[in-house]
Amino acid sequence: MNAPLRSAGAAIEIRKASKRYGAFVALNDIDLSIRPGEFMTLLGPSGSGKTTTLNLIAGFTDISSGTLEIGGKSVTGLPSHKRNIGVVFQHYALFPHMTVGKNVAYPLTLRGINGDDREKRVKRALDMVKMADFAHRYPNELSGGQQQRVALARALVFDPPLLLMDEPLGALDKKLREWLQLEIKRIHRELGTTFVYVTHDQEEALVLSDRIAVFNGGRIEQIGTGRELYDNPATLFVGRFIGESTVLRGAVEVSGDKTVMTIADEKVVAHGRLAGGARPVILLRPERVALKRPGAEPVSGENRLSGTVAEAIYLGSGSKYEVRLKDSTIAIVRSPLGAADFAIGDAVDVAFMPADLTLLPDDASADVTLT
Amino acid sequence: MPSFSRILLGLFCLLVALLLLAPTLVVIPMSFNGNKSLAFPPVGFSWQWYDNFFTNPDWTTSFTNSLIIALIVAVVATVVGTLAAFGVTRAAARTGGLLRALLITPMVVPGVVLAIGIYAVYLDTHLVGTVTGFVLAHTMLAIPFVLIAVQANLEVFDRRLETAAASLGAGRLTVFRTVTLPLILPGVLSGALFAFITSFDEIIVALFITSPYLKTLPVQIYTSITRDADPTVAAVGTLLFLATSLIIIAGLLIGTRRGRT
Repeated sequence: MNAPLRSAGAAIEIRKASKRYGAFVALNDIDLSIRPGEFMTLLGPSGSGKTTTLNLIAGFTDISSGTLEIGGKSVTGLPSHKRNIGVVFQHYALFPHMTVGKNVAYPLTLRGINGDDREKRVKRALDMVKMADFAHRYPNELSGGQQQRVALARALVFDPPLLLMDEPLGALDKKLREWLQLEIKRIHRELGTTFVYVTHDQEEALVLSDRIAVFNGGRIEQIGTGRELYDNPATLFVGRFIGESTVLRGAVEVSGDKTVMTIADEKVVAHGRLAGGARPVILLRPERVALKRPGAEPVSGENRLSGTVAEAIYLGSGSKYEVRLKDSTIAIVRSPLGAADFAIGDAVDVAFMPADLTLLPDDASADVTLT
Repeated sequence: MPSFSRILLGLFCLLVALLLLAPTLVVIPMSFNGNKSLAFPPVGFSWQWYDNFFTNPDWTTSFTNSLIIALIVAVVATVVGTLAAFGVTRAAARTGGLLRALLITPMVVPGVVLAIGIYAVYLDTHLVGTVTGFVLAHTMLAIPFVLIAVQANLEVFDRRLETAAASLGAGRLTVFRTVTLPLILPGVLSGALFAFITSFDEIIVALFITSPYLKTLPVQIYTSITRDADPTVAAVGTLLFLATSLIIIAGLLIGTRRGRT
């Protein structure tokens, strides 16, 4: 009865692609390979080129230079209505003069599918998004979340090998967004369609994606699984964009395979050294750092920076602290349930092992683009 | 209990309504006049002026002429005006604004000025007293109305719906037919109605380019009333009043039924 829609996902190959609007470079020489059936998220701040990339794949804009292949075929010059790609927009874009059923039937009618076959497919697609009871309603009678589910059914009803989603949950409130994220994940698992998802929300990207491509200033900074991006960011921008982090800057001395950074009058030792001549910074993850009382016995090899608690937040699952270090940097620390409690104004030591920090080349743009 | 100012406001509205309706209310009793005079109040009662309108070839021909011309104008002006509205709405803001100002000049320029210009050109091109001449002139006068009505709809039309339709597999013509046109249809229809009425009751230009062989209804009314004070004019007026009222009521009913979208 409710056999899921099935389609073989299409692969996408983007090579040396650029998009220019006059003098403005929206997309600068990107390479991106997406595997069949993969859930790929394009993540980045606004104006980073992620939506431009989606529009190139969808055929809404033309590529300025480079190549774009979908399912092994070049689509250069192919208009969007011949690409057979499902697209879900942030603002739903349901046709207001058609009922939910008619909206979902629209792409089928265009493909010459009529009668019972069409009705069956519409029902199946609406069942998939749990909207079958609403087939006779008009879009303006539905809530935002319901409209977006209908839009999803409409984009999938013709079994496209590829589904593009442009911030589809951006206009919805948090609870609904989290629920729909799981729905989208389930549908992706059932269908085997390739999903390309654009968002600026890194948490959403982590929840949904097989892999994430992080965009910044028209370039791709890094492509990888959420874990790879979080644990081994390739650039300071990626490190700061994915998850919470503290960035330490100071005078650096390199001796052998050790990098030593002096922050105020305290030293931090890091294993390894950066290749090239870039100035190193240290990236700390809040849960890889512990708070200790200033007198506590040091663990061998541990780095310690002294500071005072500037903010203490109880989160139920643990606590989050903001610690002002001697050079006024704010360090973010998450301590698990059961760790010692600290109050605002307490003198503390921020402690972490050299293996738990990440050395990255400094990049001033990583600070500016975060808002 | 309604306050004094509310009562005053109500009375004032009633007064304005009366003022607006007065000419019409004068015409209706006059059309049943027993005598051949346009005196008000009328004397006696008869249907003879209605009878005259439906049987006298002067009246029937001019009515048919007006109807044919207005129908052609409604079609031509709606097509051209709708296309113009697309151009104006989707051109760059500055170009669009300039084009729009240019396209609505027939509404702004005094009718007499236009009429003189049209007459001068028609004399040379032998368009005086022809259906083509009337259609061309009236289309020009009607286009601004279509432009304004359609543009009002296009401006609130969400172009992202066209992008969505394209992504679902619709080519440009199909997008227009299945998405754009249905959503701007109220504007197109009211534009067509305005175009029809613009042509149907146009008198200034018509007086210049008319000929004894091709008269429109307004020209016939005007000549008839200036020549022999024929109460048939009042009968025509009453009929037109009835017809337009019915059209508007029908339009409103359709409007409420479509109100959903």
